[in-house]
Amino acid sequence: MSQSLLSIRGLTKAYPGVVANDDVSFEIGKGEVHALLGENGAGKSTLVKMIYGLVKPDAGEMVLDGRSYVPAEPSMARQLGVAMVFQHFSLFDALNVAENIALGMENPPKPRDLAGRIKEVSELYGLPLDPFRTVGDLSAGERQRVEIVRCLLQDPKLLIMDEPTSVLTPQEVEILFRTLMKLRDEGTSILYISHKLEEIRALCDGATILRLGKKVGTCVPKETTARAMAEMMVGSELHTPSREAKAPGAVRLALKGLSVKSPGEFGTSLKGITLEVRAGEVLGLAGVAGNGQDELLGALSGEILSAPGMVEFDGTPVGGMGPMARRRLGLLTGPEERLGHAAAPDMSLTENALLTGAERRGLMSNGFLKWGKARSFAEEVIARFDVRTPGPEVAARALSGGNLQKFVIGREVMQDPQVLVVNQPTWGVDAAAAATIRQAILDLAAGGTAVIVISQDLDELMEISDRFAALNEGRLSDIRPAQGLTVDEIGLMMGGSHGMEVAHV
Amino acid sequence: MDLSAINPVLLVASLMVAATPILLAAIGELVVEKAGVLNLGVEGMMITGAICGFAVAVETGSPLLGFVGAAAGGAALSLLFVALTQYALANQVASGLSLTLFGLGLSALIGQGYVGKKPPPSARLDIPVLSDLPVLGRILFSHDIMVYAGLALVAGVWALLRFTRAGLILRAVGENHDAAHALGYKVRRIRILAILFGGACAGMGGAYISLLRVPQWVDGMTAGTGWIALALVVFASWKPWRVLLGAYLFGGVTVLQLNLQAAGLAIPVEYLSMSPYLITILVLVIMSSHRSGAPASLGRTFHASQ
Repeated sequence: MSQSLLSIRGLTKAYPGVVANDDVSFEIGKGEVHALLGENGAGKSTLVKMIYGLVKPDAGEMVLDGRSYVPAEPSMARQLGVAMVFQHFSLFDALNVAENIALGMENPPKPRDLAGRIKEVSELYGLPLDPFRTVGDLSAGERQRVEIVRCLLQDPKLLIMDEPTSVLTPQEVEILFRTLMKLRDEGTSILYISHKLEEIRALCDGATILRLGKKVGTCVPKETTARAMAEMMVGSELHTPSREAKAPGAVRLALKGLSVKSPGEFGTSLKGITLEVRAGEVLGLAGVAGNGQDELLGALSGEILSAPGMVEFDGTPVGGMGPMARRRLGLLTGPEERLGHAAAPDMSLTENALLTGAERRGLMSNGFLKWGKARSFAEEVIARFDVRTPGPEVAARALSGGNLQKFVIGREVMQDPQVLVVNQPTWGVDAAAAATIRQAILDLAAGGTAVIVISQDLDELMEISDRFAALNEGRLSDIRPAQGLTVDEIGLMMGGSHGMEVAHV
Repeated sequence: MDLSAINPVLLVASLMVAATPILLAAIGELVVEKAGVLNLGVEGMMITGAICGFAVAVETGSPLLGFVGAAAGGAALSLLFVALTQYALANQVASGLSLTLFGLGLSALIGQGYVGKKPPPSARLDIPVLSDLPVLGRILFSHDIMVYAGLALVAGVWALLRFTRAGLILRAVGENHDAAHALGYKVRRIRILAILFGGACAGMGGAYISLLRVPQWVDGMTAGTGWIALALVVFASWKPWRVLLGAYLFGGVTVLQLNLQAAGLAIPVEYLSMSPYLITILVLVIMSSHRSGAPASLGRTFHASQ
């Protein structure tokens, strides 16, 4: 910690209309785990892309190991000992593990030697991997091992990790942390990007906090409370959603041994899912990404059809009905990807409101659209959910992620759903907007709606669910009351450590 | 009907000739699609290559220079596709279709002075002992050089994609261009090279028709070969050896049905004429039914957003 490995001085990067980083400076010591904290859009990604040579800064300088560091491209950064584990976008589904690793290396050894090296390093650090498996068939946690092993094979001086734990179970997170601490003890510095504050408190030696592209502070995470760090990130006080306890009503939605095949080549099929949700109840479903969440949402929305009796709505079998028929009954869904699945990016907010609201809000008669009503429906959503936009005629794509998310969730909430199913309702949304969305879900439940929330954010699920279960490889764990569950129990419900082991060195 | 008039040795020998234009165009398009680009302009690049090759061969008197000219012509036309899709980020399907229409028109314009002319003849391979072998010599060792060049190209592309780092990077770009970009590979540069290669191959395929198979210049003489090559790549599941198989199957049925027509088979000519298309597609569809294997970024526009 005494010596500085990388020092960043006055880095600035502007894009048309937005300053992504404004005069950011900080230091990472040798063998230090340094956290970079900030909300979405605070400029964390741009900053690490500059360190990794993907983006050229407009101004400022970097010094690595006492020498001026100007990475022209990622291969140069890798040669100088900077490696990066990406949040997404960096693996190739159709290629095998060894090929994926070779692509991320400067001078990969011959395929056979490489396979041996992969085995050796992956076992040394307790991240077992088969070099010849196709990456598309791996679980999210295994995919991350591929990325980490890729970096470790190059003996990095600085390892950049962009939100590495968003796809891991608590057990896997713990093992990852031990691997990282092992690396730190060997002298590797780690730049750790996350918005999970408890993790940062457990792992990091120092933290730099960004807000709107500017550095707003530093702290020693172990000596700072999570709440204080969150407020530094947001710049204001946090509002915690509140709720009233009440007895649940009648069963609204029941799944009886729901089994469907995934439509995607690399998807997860659902295997015998049985659950019930009652009026006024929030059921939280956790699970690492890619364990059947998208398929479950599809089977509930009607995009994936099943045998009629497998999905029952108020006792009526609806498994064979399409999305429109289910919406008419009052079974509404909000899928995960807001650009592409939940909203049509190039259509206006009014048009997007029409797409799902036409049926229940009467925005259509005899096949003709009622534009006036559609527009006022969109305006209502915008007003109630505080969507920051010039007006409902703006294209969905033009909204920031958090604002669009508020709009797509609000659009469903305001259609008076009997049962609402949402997947990742606050993914990539800043803390204030997330609180608004969670409060809306709780209010809906208080009004007698049965709600299923599928999420990877465990804190969120603990905050809003009455009962809790986890998806693992397309199967559902036991459903248990959310109150009193420990992190260990949740982790086991999510499938434990998936064969990951603690570092052997 | 007299089936004995069909000589099986000649049949197999002419099958290889009939398949070569499609094979050349298809293996080029396979590389393009492996890099994640869908270029529907194969037909246009073929016909442009056909006239460029024809013109160069007639002017210089050298068929070999003709093929070089054809490759240059096809690649030059594909540069237009590069400008549209890689720089202007235009839709690849629309750009490819317009490339075909443009190529057909352009070739007719260039070809005005060449109608009715004869190209210089191409030498056939004549290896002392091998070419004199009884059956094999006629089938395997007495073709023009382009037949072998086509085969070598298939083997080369297969080896490149399978065993080399360059091939791995090419596949990676076609599989996930965002990831390739994040790792620091030059997605656009790699794709441009692939598109140029595809254009050159299609051009040579076209020139094979105008210089050897027909051999003369007629407007629109590629007659849909480019489309067959495109379909072949898809139904061959982007695998080089299957492209070869498909091309030979197509060539074989084409030659066979011509022979059957000549032998006076009692099936209407129209059915015989459509049989190569039907049979090739049918066989390849059955072979590729279990898994598609398409490059995941195929046809998607790449923009290096920050």
